[in-house]
Amino acid sequence: MNHTALQVLLAAVVVLPLLGSVAALLPAPPGLRGRGPDQAVLRHGVTVTGVALAAAITLAAGFDHGHPARMQAQTDIGWIPALGIRIHLGVDGVSLPLLVLTALLTFLSALYAYVNRPPGPSPKAFVALLLLLESGTLASFAVLDLMLFFLAFEMVLIPMYFLINRWGGAERERAAWRFILYTLLGSVVMLLGLLLIGIKGGTFDMVALATDRGAGLSHTTQLIAALAIIAGLAVKAPMWPLHSWLPDAHTAAPTVGSVLLAGVLLKMGTYGLVRIVLPMTPGAAHTYAPYLAAFAVAGIIYGSLACLALARTGAKGDLKRLIAYSSVGHMGFVLLGIATLTPTGVNGALFANIAHGLITGLLFFLVGALKDRTGTTDLDQLSGTSGAALYGRAPRLGGLLAFGAVASLGLPGLAGFWGEMLAMFGAFHPADGLSRPAYLTYTALAGFGTLLTAAYLLIVVRRVCMGDHPIEPGTGTEAARPALADVHGYEWAAWSPLVALTVLAGLWPAVLLGLTDPAVQQLLAGGNR
Amino acid sequence: MTRHASGLAMSLVQSVDWPAVAPPTIAALTGLAVLVADLFLPERRKPLLGWAAIAGLALAALSLLPLLDGDRSTFCLTTGAHACSYTADTFALVIQFLVLGGALLTALLSFSALEDLKLPAGEFWFLLLSSAAGAALLPASRDLATLVIALEVASLPAFALVGLRRGDRLSSEAALKFFLSSVTATAVMLLGVSFVYAATGSLHLSRIAAALTHVDPRLDTLAQAGVVLTLVGFAFKTAAVPFHFWVPDTYVGAPVPVAAYLSVVGKAVGFSGLILVTVLAFPAYGDVWAPAVAVLAALTMTAGNVAALRQRPERAFSAVRLLAWSSVAQAGYLLVPIAAAGYADSARDASRAIGSTVAYALMYAAVNLGAFAVAALVARTSPANRLTDYRGLYAARPAAALALGFFLLCLAGLPPGVIGLFAKVTVFSAAVDAGLGWLAVVMALNVVVALFYYLQWTAVLFRAPAPAAGTGPAPAARPAAVPLTAAIGLTAVLGIVLSGAPQLVLRFASGTLL
Repeated sequence: MNHTALQVLLAAVVVLPLLGSVAALLPAPPGLRGRGPDQAVLRHGVTVTGVALAAAITLAAGFDHGHPARMQAQTDIGWIPALGIRIHLGVDGVSLPLLVLTALLTFLSALYAYVNRPPGPSPKAFVALLLLLESGTLASFAVLDLMLFFLAFEMVLIPMYFLINRWGGAERERAAWRFILYTLLGSVVMLLGLLLIGIKGGTFDMVALATDRGAGLSHTTQLIAALAIIAGLAVKAPMWPLHSWLPDAHTAAPTVGSVLLAGVLLKMGTYGLVRIVLPMTPGAAHTYAPYLAAFAVAGIIYGSLACLALARTGAKGDLKRLIAYSSVGHMGFVLLGIATLTPTGVNGALFANIAHGLITGLLFFLVGALKDRTGTTDLDQLSGTSGAALYGRAPRLGGLLAFGAVASLGLPGLAGFWGEMLAMFGAFHPADGLSRPAYLTYTALAGFGTLLTAAYLLIVVRRVCMGDHPIEPGTGTEAARPALADVHGYEWAAWSPLVALTVLAGLWPAVLLGLTDPAVQQLLAGGNR
Repeated sequence: MTRHASGLAMSLVQSVDWPAVAPPTIAALTGLAVLVADLFLPERRKPLLGWAAIAGLALAALSLLPLLDGDRSTFCLTTGAHACSYTADTFALVIQFLVLGGALLTALLSFSALEDLKLPAGEFWFLLLSSAAGAALLPASRDLATLVIALEVASLPAFALVGLRRGDRLSSEAALKFFLSSVTATAVMLLGVSFVYAATGSLHLSRIAAALTHVDPRLDTLAQAGVVLTLVGFAFKTAAVPFHFWVPDTYVGAPVPVAAYLSVVGKAVGFSGLILVTVLAFPAYGDVWAPAVAVLAALTMTAGNVAALRQRPERAFSAVRLLAWSSVAQAGYLLVPIAAAGYADSARDASRAIGSTVAYALMYAAVNLGAFAVAALVARTSPANRLTDYRGLYAARPAAALALGFFLLCLAGLPPGVIGLFAKVTVFSAAVDAGLGWLAVVMALNVVVALFYYLQWTAVLFRAPAPAAGTGPAPAARPAAVPLTAAIGLTAVLGIVLSGAPQLVLRFASGTLL
């Protein structure tokens, strides 16, 4: 595909949802009214996200897979000369998978919401916010200007805040506040770091800065700027101990909000680390890497221990909360991979990023479906004395949940395996100059973390999927446990792409690694071209 | 004899560059014309006065256009070194545009307030136009005497405007508070000006700047005291801490359009004066005033934000009170680049830093007037103007709610208020550029604190309307007045256009203004 077509496609991927978001607020034109305004606007959401997904897939198909390290489909036009801010868009092997993942998850969310309308105020605002969120996320993966990156980073906050605040469950207002305050505090600090890089480096262009590899920045400048940027991104990722907004936000968010929060928004943090900190402040990255790795490992252990505590009988553990804590652990692996500063580790991190998006997205969908059917996500209420017996009551749903759980614990052959293995591999042989013994300790601890992860996920499977049909005393017949509807058609439609991609990425990791590896080598060695 | 006399007259009566002084002159003349016309117009034709005032302000703004081609000076000294009292350079034109545009929008807001509050129309328009004329004169003044006079011309009518609600205790109290603290500040400033005059022997800014580089060592303390005391007067106008106590009560007591006027034009006056004095007259004493302004900026934004955070939403007038405190905090952000200018190594850097303040002020003027316009709209149906009255505004008036949400996000600096975000970025970069890292961090923390209350208000707009608790039917929503709608629409369009093309105002942050 020629260059212009790719340019247009990339711009369309970013701009279409934005236009769609504005259009969602306007009354539907005649001919598109459907069965009432609510249905029309939800359908509008499906259409726009569908078109964006199609554009993203076409972009991926037209992408020159021979040269994934090269920035492709670049658009570079001046916007605010006063600040040296340019509208610079482009994709390479690092951002392309994330773009497609975002477009896919948003489309599936819109599809899911079309049938299973989130309880709350008008769907009109819901669709507009969803599209605004999509636009912001896609933009943050597609832009190559530090200030635009910041703009996109901030752009997702307002829609996510309202999605949690208006369509969420219990405690939603507090959770939404926590979410936005943590992330804002982080991002304002990040802005100072970005400005420092931009002012001292003489440009906000991410490609130029990455090529310079911090040449124009003194070591002190690098240290200050990188610290500020890492702090901002670490809140988003989230890195232990800055994660405490995440469980609340996930527990309170509506299903679709949780899926997008875990599936896409968290990735912006780790993407920023790979795209900005590693290439632009390599000296500082080298200094901070061991600490980052230590925090990452702490997150892995902390996340799994928290999950184990939640999964115990009688702990009143909330399934959504549990998956949120498991995200802290999984993102710990991603951070560990990045902190190795080796191509292996960073590739692993990017792979784990995508895998986590697919698997956790699926898990949040499943838990949302479970909540729709049983009215609760409390593990104790769900499982009762022996277990929720989902295998018996809704076999397909139970099967999918078990699939999601084993994929999440990193079963070889599924997507969850490769990323975490590569991250640990990278930690086994960290980059030159990093303390090997320290990283060996991290590797061992991370390995122990996988064990804990397996433990709590299997406990969850046992308590939710298995269990007896209790016998009613006296009559000798099976107690009438409320029948659960099995997987509906729209749920298949929303979930099967995630299942298929989880299996595909697990069996054929080269699809992703072939894209990311050359780009990562380039980023670690000398920036983009 | 006659030849001699005419020669003397030539040297005494200068030729005045009338087009250069047209903007403040037109505003002042329109004010007088309106005052006279008020005597002859029958009661039902009074609204015509408002339209005449708007036409005058628009004409004054249009008279800026011919001046764009280059700097022009008038009222210059005919003997000795070249020094002028009035200069229409880019800085002056931009601030004059801000002031006249702000006054125009205020005028649009005032129609319904005049009608609702039964304010005397002729006096109101006269006072507004006179104050605008003074405010337009100030940025072009280039000597301390003209500056002080312009400042007073801008302020004195403002006291009367604040106290215009006859028989309203709150209004009179506000006016008195405003008047007393303002007069004190002016007195202190005059003392400072006299010290500076004593130390340098001139009132012209350019000559003061030259003289201050080699002050007699015995007069050094006097000059320093003069510099600091002069700044105090302007710090008061900008409502910088600790001269901010008059703000909330004055804004609450004044009619909403007057509060809007004070928050935008009143502040613009203070800032342009501060910039002129610091950058043009006192660059040599940068090491005295720059740290002071930096500390003032940090204190101002922190105090404003903390107070805004503590507003209880159910208290009467909490919306205006919140806007008042938020304007104090915003004044803190506006001070940051001025402090940065004091640390700048070259005049060019200083000018760029000043440009950041100007760009921020333009953004702030547009969106803050917009926010006040919506507040004025809400005040028509719920006169108490509490934050809780905004609950469910989206259901009642979707366009006004969306506009207010947008203005608040611009003030907060969050997308979709892109212009607010980038205006903050220019201020941040001015601070980082000048090596004021600590101030940038303080400001960053303040921005986050401010987001809290701006967002809370935004969230309230979109909540479901409160169930009708009162007895009887809710007051029927009156159709919004045309001028008020126009003001909201105009500011919203301005905000949106600027968000799409921030370069329109941000270019001042990279160009040379002074």
